[in-house]
Amino acid sequence: MNYRNDRKWAVIFLTPAILLLLAFMAGPVIASFVLSLFEWDLLTPPNWVGIANFVELFRDAEFYRSLGNTLTFIIGYVPVVIAAGLVIAVMMNQALPARTLLRTAFFIPVVSSWVAVALLWKWLFNPRYGLVNYALSLLGVSGPAWLFDPNWAMPAIIITSVWKDIGFVMMILLSGLQEIPKNYHEAAAIDGAGPVRVFFSITLPLLTSTIFFVLIISLINSFQVFDQVWVMTGGGPAGATSVLVQQIYLNAARYGQMGYASALSLVLFAIILMVTVAQMRLQKRWVHSE
Amino acid sequence: MVIPLAWMISTSLKPDAQLLVFPPRLVTSQMTLAAYTRLFELFPMARMFFNSVIVTITATIGQLVVCSMAAYAFARIQFWGKTLLFLMFLGTLMVPLQVILTPLFIEMRILGWVNTYAGIILPTMTIRVAFGVFLLRQAFALIPRALEESAFMDGASHGTIFARIALPLVRPALATLMVLAFMDAWNSFLWPLLVVRDTNMMTLPVGLSALHGRYSTAWNMVMAGVVISVVPIIILFMSAQRYFVEGLARAGIKE
Repeated sequence: MNYRNDRKWAVIFLTPAILLLLAFMAGPVIASFVLSLFEWDLLTPPNWVGIANFVELFRDAEFYRSLGNTLTFIIGYVPVVIAAGLVIAVMMNQALPARTLLRTAFFIPVVSSWVAVALLWKWLFNPRYGLVNYALSLLGVSGPAWLFDPNWAMPAIIITSVWKDIGFVMMILLSGLQEIPKNYHEAAAIDGAGPVRVFFSITLPLLTSTIFFVLIISLINSFQVFDQVWVMTGGGPAGATSVLVQQIYLNAARYGQMGYASALSLVLFAIILMVTVAQMRLQKRWVHSE
Repeated sequence: MVIPLAWMISTSLKPDAQLLVFPPRLVTSQMTLAAYTRLFELFPMARMFFNSVIVTITATIGQLVVCSMAAYAFARIQFWGKTLLFLMFLGTLMVPLQVILTPLFIEMRILGWVNTYAGIILPTMTIRVAFGVFLLRQAFALIPRALEESAFMDGASHGTIFARIALPLVRPALATLMVLAFMDAWNSFLWPLLVVRDTNMMTLPVGLSALHGRYSTAWNMVMAGVVISVVPIIILFMSAQRYFVEGLARAGIKE
């Protein structure tokens, strides 16, 4: 076989990808580390400050608030989206009428942009004319001011995010469900186990690796939450929904704090890496594998 | 699930007077397209739609070309340092856009690419390159050796084999990557928000957010904008559902 020209062709085929990754990925990653050691407003020459940006960060009340809000979002969003996605996946695994149609309905928010979904829900959550509070009023409940209320803004954002992502979570869990051999369920039914018992004793244990996969993805994605927050509240009211990525954006785009923004990015990156590693460790303990 | 979507369409068809009616009604006798016409009159909606089309098509094609070439090299060509290079590619999968936001922004300013298509497109297509290479490499690796051996005998080069034999055989994987790349570029918000300041260069998501900022109570107009922005992606989804499901399941991470 003629492999003489292989090196030439390898270079030709790989150059575009390598150039892109160097210019817009690897280069910026390295630059992030360098920038985080400087103070730079882009107008005056950069000023070496060592680790001052990181010191400042760990003293910055704004950082802790946005970290806290991000964690609140995660605690509210991740369990709900997985639990709800699981319920719907189990339902969709039955022979439902109009299953394809239902699946499509659940998927429309998944393929739509965050901005579109966020704007729609901002209108739905309108305290006076929105559909949400109208529905609540039919139940005799006087709905809160949602996005205008520091206590209800984050729950509103979480509801919106669950609505957008539920189809995605459902789809992954459904593919996990379909891999479970049918005869497991049949055997359990013959032994007299009811549907609830079958779910908790057979379905759930066999689904742990899929649930784990969804958990990692949801966690990593939710540390990066930004679009829906930016559109729905801009971090308000009174900073009640400001999140980590928003701090990066504001410092880079509005405050002219390039070094500080880079330091924030690196801290976010470190958190995401730690979460991933921690979960890989935990996985060994609680994922049931055959 | 469906009620919010129905509400979105219903609102976009309401005249101003019907917006602030309580209790709200899904269907009224006065449905009108006035919000759509006004949107195009008052706001550079057509221009933004055009920007989104340009950005999305270029980023998608670019990503397909770049990823398929690199993936072919990793799957079918022997060269020194292949494993190491591939691991380095995979390493970039770990890096989210949020982490490199600031240096990318500075880079664009230095290059003079703020408010340009190049400035929007190149970082947008780069973020998924590693994933695309990974996806397509698996597809290329499945092609039986025998198919290319006979072509080599006939004196064909890797270039010819790639274009004539390999690419047509990995069409399903290309379609999967295509819909993902399309969706990423069409929906992306954070990067265009940072790199575009000029209203005439905004893509739809950034434009919609600006529209809402300017006409915050004109919900019929805002919803009309939202409808216009989601229709193309929903049409693509309806016609290529299988590839969306496959792609999203593999990619996991959305934006």
